[in-house]
Amino acid sequence: MSDESAGGLAVRHLTKHFRLGGLLSGKRQVIQAVTDVSLDVPPGESVGLVGESGCGKSTVSRAILRLTEPDAGEVVFDGVDIRQASRAALRKLRQRLQFIFQDPYSSLNQRRSIRKTLEEPLRVHRLGTRAEIREKAEAAIAEVGLPLEALDRYPHEFSGGQRQRIGIARALVLNPELVVADEPVSALDVSVQAQILTLLDKLKAQRGLSFLFVSHDLGVVRHFCGSVCVMYLGRIVETGPTKEVLDAPAHPYTQLLRESSPVPDPTRRLTLIKNEGEIPSPADPPRGCAFHTRCPHRMPVCGERLPELKAQAPGRKVACHLFD
Amino acid sequence: MTDPVLDVRGLQSEFRIAGRWYPAVRDFTLAVEANETVALVGESGSGKSATALSILRLLPAVGARIAKGSVMFAGQDLARLSEAEMIRLRGEAIAMIFQEPMTSLNPTMTVGAQIAEVIEIHRGSTRRSAMAEALRLLEEVRIPAARQRLNDYPHQFSGGMRQRVMIAMALACRPKLLLADEPTTALDVTIQGQVLALLNELKQSYGMSILFITHNLGVVAQMADRVAVMYAGEIVEFASVNKIFEQPSHPYTEVLLKAMPRVDRDSAGLEPITGQVPGITALPVGCAFAPRCPLRQPDCDRHPALAPLAAEADHVVRCVVRAGQEAAV
Repeated sequence: MSDESAGGLAVRHLTKHFRLGGLLSGKRQVIQAVTDVSLDVPPGESVGLVGESGCGKSTVSRAILRLTEPDAGEVVFDGVDIRQASRAALRKLRQRLQFIFQDPYSSLNQRRSIRKTLEEPLRVHRLGTRAEIREKAEAAIAEVGLPLEALDRYPHEFSGGQRQRIGIARALVLNPELVVADEPVSALDVSVQAQILTLLDKLKAQRGLSFLFVSHDLGVVRHFCGSVCVMYLGRIVETGPTKEVLDAPAHPYTQLLRESSPVPDPTRRLTLIKNEGEIPSPADPPRGCAFHTRCPHRMPVCGERLPELKAQAPGRKVACHLFD
Repeated sequence: MTDPVLDVRGLQSEFRIAGRWYPAVRDFTLAVEANETVALVGESGSGKSATALSILRLLPAVGARIAKGSVMFAGQDLARLSEAEMIRLRGEAIAMIFQEPMTSLNPTMTVGAQIAEVIEIHRGSTRRSAMAEALRLLEEVRIPAARQRLNDYPHQFSGGMRQRVMIAMALACRPKLLLADEPTTALDVTIQGQVLALLNELKQSYGMSILFITHNLGVVAQMADRVAVMYAGEIVEFASVNKIFEQPSHPYTEVLLKAMPRVDRDSAGLEPITGQVPGITALPVGCAFAPRCPLRQPDCDRHPALAPLAAEADHVVRCVVRAGQEAAV
């Protein structure tokens, strides 16, 4: 990963802590959802963000588009810092950055026809005459493999897979350069998941789209993403080319994640040893390396000092004292 | 060989939609042997959960019925038992665990008291010995600091720990058969690994059989001795776990495996299945998979029966093209 990726997305030292509780509502807590996360999505590339629940992967994706306001750090897209941008500049940027959600049902307006849903962003951004807008909505629905009649129907008339196609069409109408996708295929059955992944593959190739792809499924990330960032309790613990990271994981957490992912091959059953313990709460992460409480290779230093994310091999970085 | 623990024959379960009965499970025949794990795998709408609910007689009282077939368990036909007899059997000889443990646990009772209650009701133990047994069970499912956690409430446990509590409760009466419906689907993958390993261990130490229902082929490969693949309410292929993954022979099983992106190897390209699973009100006349099948032939308009592959009596498929042929490789 280069430090300054012209044209792409560069996230630097992103931090987001949620404050809970207060005067009347119980114990004050600070959920350290994301701490000091840096990553790059160069133009035309797909970067995976993986980890288990509570690791902060969704918060990163939302903070990048300022769907939640980050506490600190920079989010730079094509040279413009999204956090510093003026309203007008942000509006321009939002055309170029789009979001696909996990659950298309809750992200589509039930009372609006698909046509309205697809045309609205074009109207908001004043992208063309009435006829041109109509044409763009029709092109988008065709591009995601739905018939034109779909435009005059409502979200409840579609299956989960079809709704995700509509969610993708809505992201496409503005002709974005980067799509942030948060678990876009997790709610779907395997056969439908394959249909949607194939569609995303096609869009990636034909439109040269870049993706930040959030997922808990390492198989899906291996298929879709050239490189991957593994998160644990709010921090990135390992990054690198997806194949290398999954075939030879360096961080003990990545190893555990990889070994725990079931493979459809009964001759290679999981051994599942050395895996006890729970994921700690992000309200009270362990001192030092957050993984040390579950780590089979833990050393005295791990409970004291936070390991830095640094180069371990060309293109690969790992945050672990084993590599000091 | 001894008798199977569970022997389901010709089961058909139906739901009433707009005044008409439609089958959600059709011609379902399956035996689970002693100390064996049989996986029931399929996508949404395949009928796998309706099958589990039928076996346990937990289908809704109104608008659902077992229309045909028998469910033999310990010498009795569960499809014909009275509700009172069924209540005694459930949680005793047949135990069950579900996807979301929080909905199956009582939020107002401590975990220890809930497990102890099961033991008191089914075994007639005193409160004191039941609590001691509850502690032993929590230790057996490896809940850390079990003695303190005995007095905690379900909301104080994480998802993985709650599922362990459910497993402890299921084991309380030393069941012969454990019915597990997507027990790890809501869990994170490292926690899923722990729970699967625990289930495999307990299966050995308790000598029980498991009917394991899941949509996840990776989990099937980890857990099952034999596998039944379901599609549109029917078993379309049934074989040992090795056969299913080495020589998937029903076209649906084949495409399902090819549609799954794998963590351990590169996929040149996924091969998605076009179309969708048919709804129970719109089942095709012949083979239910034919409209989506790459091998479709005119013969597929007739509804196929489960039939063995050539020279392999224990590998059956519901496919006129593949039955009787050599296994596909």
